[in-house]
Amino acid sequence: MKLTKRLFLALAASTTIATLPMAAFAEDWQPKRPIDFTIMAGAGGGADQIARFIQSVVEENSLTNRPLIPTNRGGGSGAESLLHLKDARDPDHTLMVTLNSFYTTPIRQEALGVDIETFTPIVMMGVDPFVLWVHKDSGITTFEDFVAKVRDMDGEFVMGGTGTGQEDSIVIAYMSGAYDLKVKYIPYDGGGAVAKDLAGQQIMATVNNPAEAKGFYESGDFVPLLSFSDERMDAYPDVPTLKEMGHDFSYYNQRAVVGAPGMSAEAAAYYREIFGSVYDSEKWQGYLVSESLSPMVMDEAETRAYWATQVQNHRTLLSELNN
Amino acid sequence: MEVMSFLADGILLALEPINLALIIAGVTVGLFIGAMPGLGSVNGVAILLPITFLVPPNSAIIFLAAIYYGAMYGGAISSVTLGIPGASTAVATTFDGRPLALQGRASLALVTAALASFVGGTVATVLFTLFAPVLASTALSFGPPEIFALMLLAFATFVGLGGDDIPKTVFSICLGLVLAAVGFDTISGEPRMVLFEIDGFMRGIGFIVLAIGVYGIGEMLWTIEQTRGEVTTTNPKMTAKGMMSDAKEAAQRGWKGTAIGSLIGFFVGILPAAGATPGSLMSYGVAKMLSKTPEEYGKGSPDGVAAPESANNSASTGSMLPMLTLGIPGSPTTAILLGGMVIWGLTPGPRLFIDQSEFVWGLIGSFYISNIAALVINLAFIPLFVWMLRMPFTILAPLIFVLSIVGGFAASRSIHDLWLIVIFGLSAFFLRKFDYPLAPAVLAIVLGPIAEPTLRQSLLLSSGDPMIFLTRPIAGPITVIAIILILLPAVKLLRRKKTFAKN
Repeated sequence: MKLTKRLFLALAASTTIATLPMAAFAEDWQPKRPIDFTIMAGAGGGADQIARFIQSVVEENSLTNRPLIPTNRGGGSGAESLLHLKDARDPDHTLMVTLNSFYTTPIRQEALGVDIETFTPIVMMGVDPFVLWVHKDSGITTFEDFVAKVRDMDGEFVMGGTGTGQEDSIVIAYMSGAYDLKVKYIPYDGGGAVAKDLAGQQIMATVNNPAEAKGFYESGDFVPLLSFSDERMDAYPDVPTLKEMGHDFSYYNQRAVVGAPGMSAEAAAYYREIFGSVYDSEKWQGYLVSESLSPMVMDEAETRAYWATQVQNHRTLLSELNN
Repeated sequence: MEVMSFLADGILLALEPINLALIIAGVTVGLFIGAMPGLGSVNGVAILLPITFLVPPNSAIIFLAAIYYGAMYGGAISSVTLGIPGASTAVATTFDGRPLALQGRASLALVTAALASFVGGTVATVLFTLFAPVLASTALSFGPPEIFALMLLAFATFVGLGGDDIPKTVFSICLGLVLAAVGFDTISGEPRMVLFEIDGFMRGIGFIVLAIGVYGIGEMLWTIEQTRGEVTTTNPKMTAKGMMSDAKEAAQRGWKGTAIGSLIGFFVGILPAAGATPGSLMSYGVAKMLSKTPEEYGKGSPDGVAAPESANNSASTGSMLPMLTLGIPGSPTTAILLGGMVIWGLTPGPRLFIDQSEFVWGLIGSFYISNIAALVINLAFIPLFVWMLRMPFTILAPLIFVLSIVGGFAASRSIHDLWLIVIFGLSAFFLRKFDYPLAPAVLAIVLGPIAEPTLRQSLLLSSGDPMIFLTRPIAGPITVIAIILILLPAVKLLRRKKTFAKN
């Protein structure tokens, strides 16, 4: 299950060239109403932070003639948002900020009847890697220590996460399978709650996005052991990747702006230009660095291909999780 | 005293002209957002967050915190004057604020609310200033078993109240818990109790939807039915002298509730995951339990207004503590403030106090100033709000209905929620006719979503052994107290029978 980020990075140059002419006819279409900017998660989470950040850049530079109206529709692991977009009455004015429940929720809740491949790709704002963290007082300093400790405790080692079927549980399930680990997994309703209970040592380890653990890492409370990125992360150069350990696995949280199904090509082109310039802004580039997000520039066709592989990958991962 | 010099710098920073102007603007905006049914501090802060890039981070957070504060003051206004909770944090304020207003004592209720809010906010700020680091580590020692024990205690305060009909109270709590279970299950991630397979229920039942239905629509129907449209709100008069005597009465009859609310609110506020709504409801329960005259509660007790109002302000300050010291939100509103800090280029977390001490102390300084500003502005507006009550009920009733509907729609922008508001309103009316207390159901729907996952997390931690609630050093005593409180009415009943038999 190779997530071919590198391939897309290689395509980045051609993407830039390919999207250039779009700017020309994007002028034809302008939003006529305030733009529904749906957030696939509750207030305060990672996706919410990113959405508000994007909105602030749009406002600051007056990029749109109509305002973005952010609305949190996080219910049912994002099912609420997906249904809202699927049934959007005005697809030209309906956008969504995603995370990976974009892929997992429609697979886990087939009754929703949501096919994300009908959605309209706008801009991939970046992908958020995952890192394995422990508390400094645990005495664990390397991934090898971690493996030894978990095996030693034989099923009593407690990890926290955001719930079975969520991003971190997929990573933990893969890691446990690869190293024959048995852990007790306690689900929480958000990454913040998970970080808090690791800081209070209610749980022993977590798999979390760097943004959510960064404060505790800088204060020395959290120790990163392993990253699930393709290459070592700039912010944590001494932390090995699972790939280096010989397992062909990496996992990222998608941070993207997506349009409703049935959005007109003109409207999509307009939004691609707007959010493309947000992406290029100094503020967003600074955010990518400070929050350890990886860039992943893709055009429409590449995004669609990427979605198709992601849906396939998640289908496999989730079916392994259930077994 | 190192703290004092930091604090002095912070207060000076908050008094800079731009910051002072933002505090006054923020508190005023917050007051009206809080007073608008359905819109609370979460919405206010979220809506205004993007415009804060115009000012430096220090001023931005001071502005948003002022909105948060103002909204806590403002929530009481519609709770008292209209009987619709202005925000979820002000639901408990309707329990006694509304009866006071119907007795023509709206100004007493509003003055009590304003003073209690001020005391609660100030007590919390002082505790915050002096003990922030110690309290932060206390908050961390509250894992799932401790939080669950605390929730158990909260339920116990409502069951063990004695005076009420206990089977009906238990029924009401169970009803609330069932409604709280609708939506997605956090543990398995599966949809659960999606009633009639309507997609809208996947999101669960929003607390504010229930509160507006029960207290907005339900209360209006009740008033119409009881009075046949002839509402006799004794003409409320507003004079400076009248307000002074109200303030005096508020101090005399509301000090106990204020004290209880300030302390409980702060403590609940610093625990991540809880926030101001559970804090205010718990304070109401405890204040009623400790009161010498619990029968006055629900009929217009100033203590019953003071407890939740001091608690919600105290809790909102308290919830800033885990945000600033740990980078973890203590309430939905602080979650958005945290997002704001990232936008402004700060890293929330344990190092914030050290790396950005000017930012942190400027904010703490602004708490003191904001509280004073909010009190003054709030008191100044009270005559305006009381004047609204002079409207004939034939105008007020449709107004309440419209505000309920608009407020219910504004938060989620979903038609599904509007139907729920109407259904809850009708159900509440009939439950009330049959003497079922509604407050326990409201408490259950707030605390249920906290109690249920923590119960299940605890049992996962202990591999199913319920002794985890008794053997942990903090959870143990809390659980024991909760169990005693639940059993108390039964013991009282037995005793009464015994003395009855002796006679």
